[in-house]
Amino acid sequence: MTVGTVKLKIDNVEVAVPEGTTILEAAKSNGIDIPTLCNLEGLSGYGGCRLCMVEIHGSPKLFAACVTPVGMGMEVITQSDKLREYRKMAIQFILSERTHICAVCVANNACELQKLANDLGVDHVMFEREWTRLPVDSTHDFLVLDRNRCILCTRCLRVCDEIEGVHTLDLKMRGKDAQVIIDLDEDWANSSSCTSCRKCAKVCPVGAIYVESVALEETKDKGIAEFVLSRRNRK
Amino acid sequence: MTSTSKVRVATVWLSGCSGCHMSFLDQDEALIDLAQQIQLVYSPIMDVKVFPENVDVTLIEGAVANEDQEELLKFARERTKILISLGDCAVTGNVPGLRNGITNSADAVLKRAFVETADMNPQIPTDVPTLLPKALPLHEVVKVDFYIPGCPPPADLINWVISRLMRGLPVNMEGRSKFG
Repeated sequence: MTVGTVKLKIDNVEVAVPEGTTILEAAKSNGIDIPTLCNLEGLSGYGGCRLCMVEIHGSPKLFAACVTPVGMGMEVITQSDKLREYRKMAIQFILSERTHICAVCVANNACELQKLANDLGVDHVMFEREWTRLPVDSTHDFLVLDRNRCILCTRCLRVCDEIEGVHTLDLKMRGKDAQVIIDLDEDWANSSSCTSCRKCAKVCPVGAIYVESVALEETKDKGIAEFVLSRRNRK
Repeated sequence: MTSTSKVRVATVWLSGCSGCHMSFLDQDEALIDLAQQIQLVYSPIMDVKVFPENVDVTLIEGAVANEDQEELLKFARERTKILISLGDCAVTGNVPGLRNGITNSADAVLKRAFVETADMNPQIPTDVPTLLPKALPLHEVVKVDFYIPGCPPPADLINWVISRLMRGLPVNMEGRSKFG
């Protein structure tokens, strides 16, 4: 079956993309930038961070561009005062959920959350901050999991499952209480499935999973999932 | 310009490392221009005991961590037109706020600092201000008008915000300062 072409407007620009493309992919392939945190090329869509919210003409609701497929004749707005306000609020929700103390974080100045907050002009958090202290797992030989810095974007889970193919990482609990766990909530040192591939550290947008004693700028590699997939799909 | 027509500015140091004040002083030659326009009426770098009345702009560094600081902050708020949160401790709680995740944090940190790690005369001092249960960002205690995040905020950014405010221009922080 051939894949049809869908025509739509993004920020008043007419674009044509293959059927089944998400709004985020359609925008990106036409040079329109939409901020994202949980989305990563090569991994499945998650729609958890709500940073990529867009307006669709005719609907009062906002849509997560990373998990909303394009539709024929759709008119999408990716930048507006309303969207900027909601994106700022989404960042503040994320910042208020954990004790994000940048001054003592390994990801300071190499953090996607920090950069987005800066780009959007977030200068304080209007919500009362949650100060609950969560366990840090530093039992692995060189990988560290600091749940206090985690923003629950699940990039690490998805890269571990979909790219490395071992599904060592997962979540327990729900909502803001959710926590990344190793195997069935074991210490990382006791994990029987972890291959120590470091992909989780490479895709973590903040400082929640990192390699000990290695500069974060050298560790992070947002393109790792896409790269592995492209190698796997070689003909 | 006479001193009476100058903008009356105060700076306050709560629970912080004074790095934000260092950054304020780091404006270098811009301080000379600033000095022509402002009258510093209260600051840890000068000897004034009581926070004065009719202050136009107050920059406050540090989190609110004890009862004296809470009282001073409320007093400063009453007497100030524009109150600015200066730096991450004031804006987020930052390092002083790290104790907030500990149960009974005030007692726990005092015990750790003055008893468990003391070589001689381990005892918790009684003649200092009582710690609050949590070290809080300023805006969780009083209304804050503007925020200058950073640890510390860059000197140029402090100068930019103050200069804009004195000229009555809007202060939009988009792309200007890293949060945290």
